[in-house]
Amino acid sequence: MAELIVYGIVLGSIIALGAIGLSLVYGIIRFANFAHGDLMSAGAYVALFMVTGVLSWIGVPDNTFGPISFGWRMVIAFPISMAVVAVVAILLDRIIYQKLRTKGSGPVMLAMSSLGTSFIIRMVILIIWGSDYRFYRPGLMRPALELPWGIKIRPDQILILFVVLFLVVLLHLFLKRTKMGKAMRATADNMQLALISGIDTERIILWTWGIGGALAAAGGILYGIDVQLHARMGWNFLIPLFAATILGSIGNIYGALIGGLTIGIAQQVSTAFLLPTYKIAVAFVIMILILLIRPQGIFGKE
Amino acid sequence: MELGGIIAYLVSFAIMAGIYAVFCLGLNIQWGYTGLFNIGIAGFFCIGAYATAMITTPKPTGIYAHYVKQLFGLNLPFITGLLGAAIICGIIAFLIGFPTLKLGEDYLAIATLGIAETFRLIFNNEYWLANGPRGLMGLPQPFDGLVDAKYYNYIYLIIVVIIMVVIYLLIERAIRSPWGRVLRAVREDEVSAGMSGKNIFSFKMQSLVFGAMVMGIGGALYAHYTKSISPAVFTPLYGTFIIWVMLMAGGSGNNKGAILGAYAIWAIWIGTTFLTDFLPYTLKARAPYIRFLLIGILLEIILIYRPQGIFGEEKKVSKLID
Repeated sequence: MAELIVYGIVLGSIIALGAIGLSLVYGIIRFANFAHGDLMSAGAYVALFMVTGVLSWIGVPDNTFGPISFGWRMVIAFPISMAVVAVVAILLDRIIYQKLRTKGSGPVMLAMSSLGTSFIIRMVILIIWGSDYRFYRPGLMRPALELPWGIKIRPDQILILFVVLFLVVLLHLFLKRTKMGKAMRATADNMQLALISGIDTERIILWTWGIGGALAAAGGILYGIDVQLHARMGWNFLIPLFAATILGSIGNIYGALIGGLTIGIAQQVSTAFLLPTYKIAVAFVIMILILLIRPQGIFGKE
Repeated sequence: MELGGIIAYLVSFAIMAGIYAVFCLGLNIQWGYTGLFNIGIAGFFCIGAYATAMITTPKPTGIYAHYVKQLFGLNLPFITGLLGAAIICGIIAFLIGFPTLKLGEDYLAIATLGIAETFRLIFNNEYWLANGPRGLMGLPQPFDGLVDAKYYNYIYLIIVVIIMVVIYLLIERAIRSPWGRVLRAVREDEVSAGMSGKNIFSFKMQSLVFGAMVMGIGGALYAHYTKSISPAVFTPLYGTFIIWVMLMAGGSGNNKGAILGAYAIWAIWIGTTFLTDFLPYTLKARAPYIRFLLIGILLEIILIYRPQGIFGEEKKVSKLID
């Protein structure tokens, strides 16, 4: 059980990266982005293209760091992939969502078009890479470390936790210390008030997509390192992402972090009693329970 | 291809598009007239198909019971299968609507999406329920003794068209009644409809359940057409996404548009199979993805440039007013 909880924290921290971005978009741009899971897939596959394609062609060595399953290629690919997906998210906004906003389409129309973009992203991945499972590095998993209470954990998983922690602290500092971060929080809190205070909301929206896309990419890559890559991985993350976002109250990034960890732990612990394929259903049931008991989430106001 | 082959092809096209038209009509009640955002149509598709399969087939006995597991099999006629599918989908819709319809529109969307994925997982993994990933086979087809099996599709086309027209007339009648006008009022302005003393939650629930029942019938029609079903069919792509594109293309809030959209988009979908021939050998297996990519792009174009669809909504709400 202790081991499942630790695995749950690893999975939950990956869900949290997606949920934080989803919650930011939901809170600031005010629509349910059904393409957020597929932005995670996009990040994972861009990194795959870098690691097995570009970086191997230009001759970056393929060695690994000690007990970890990747090396310099992934270290280079990681930030590049985050940047690429940030740009993709911003471009999707310029090409599609911004047009809908200026036409005065409601949040449901935006949500519907995001459902469309989610299929478009997935189809592009399927056309290029097909529907096979992929790995960043072929071969056996590295041996696991033995921790007290019989917990076995792979070095990769410990690293994943540190990467997530680093990104969350970075985001926290950005939102608390920089002018743009403060403006984003203000817009999430009250859009009208932000507008009359002279905040340029279109720029805020741009930054929101950039941050949301980059975090989603990071989550997707980390999942690819921990488990594997598949074109449908992002779609399978969608329900856990929404469950985490609603649990932690929409627009609240610390709530999304706690929501992500909760959902991740619940999903992993459930595998002790249920088939692992039911993980999505577990997230769904938790979400329905929250909607019945406290629809505004744990940090929401009455 | 000689003429007979072409006609047989057209008949099977018209049956499938007609079944999709039933789904579009169901979605039109929910989205077109009430503004309910259901993105789990595949769930009702799946539940409707499995419901009729278990109602109309006998429970396997003897040696078959080792190979085909099925919770129950009632061996009842086709029409009870349709009704059973509608009733079970209505009950599921009620259970989803209960926690979500008092909240914002997005919550219903996420919950319906969740129910669709959950039911697909259940049917895929629980062998005792409906034979797991292998699914159920041997569904009966109504009036199948009348003609040679070769020509059976003509009869099924007539059945599908009759059911589609009956549902169409029923919705047209309902939507032009005071009940239908309240649905539109709820869609346009919930607050003012509520201030006029209408119970918003109750009307949304009725619309959700009514639409889901129609979708259940669609699922049942599909199951009796293909005679065998498995969970792999009810994917978000074929079960939900393409139906949304059909309704948005035809014109939400217009039942003729819903039917036209189903036929038009299904024609595009079937018509683009020729794309496969032009692709290099290595890409042939991925042709369906390219076709779905085009359908996805088509949805974005519709949403941005013609959100009212081909027909747009009919403004006439009563035969007493011009």
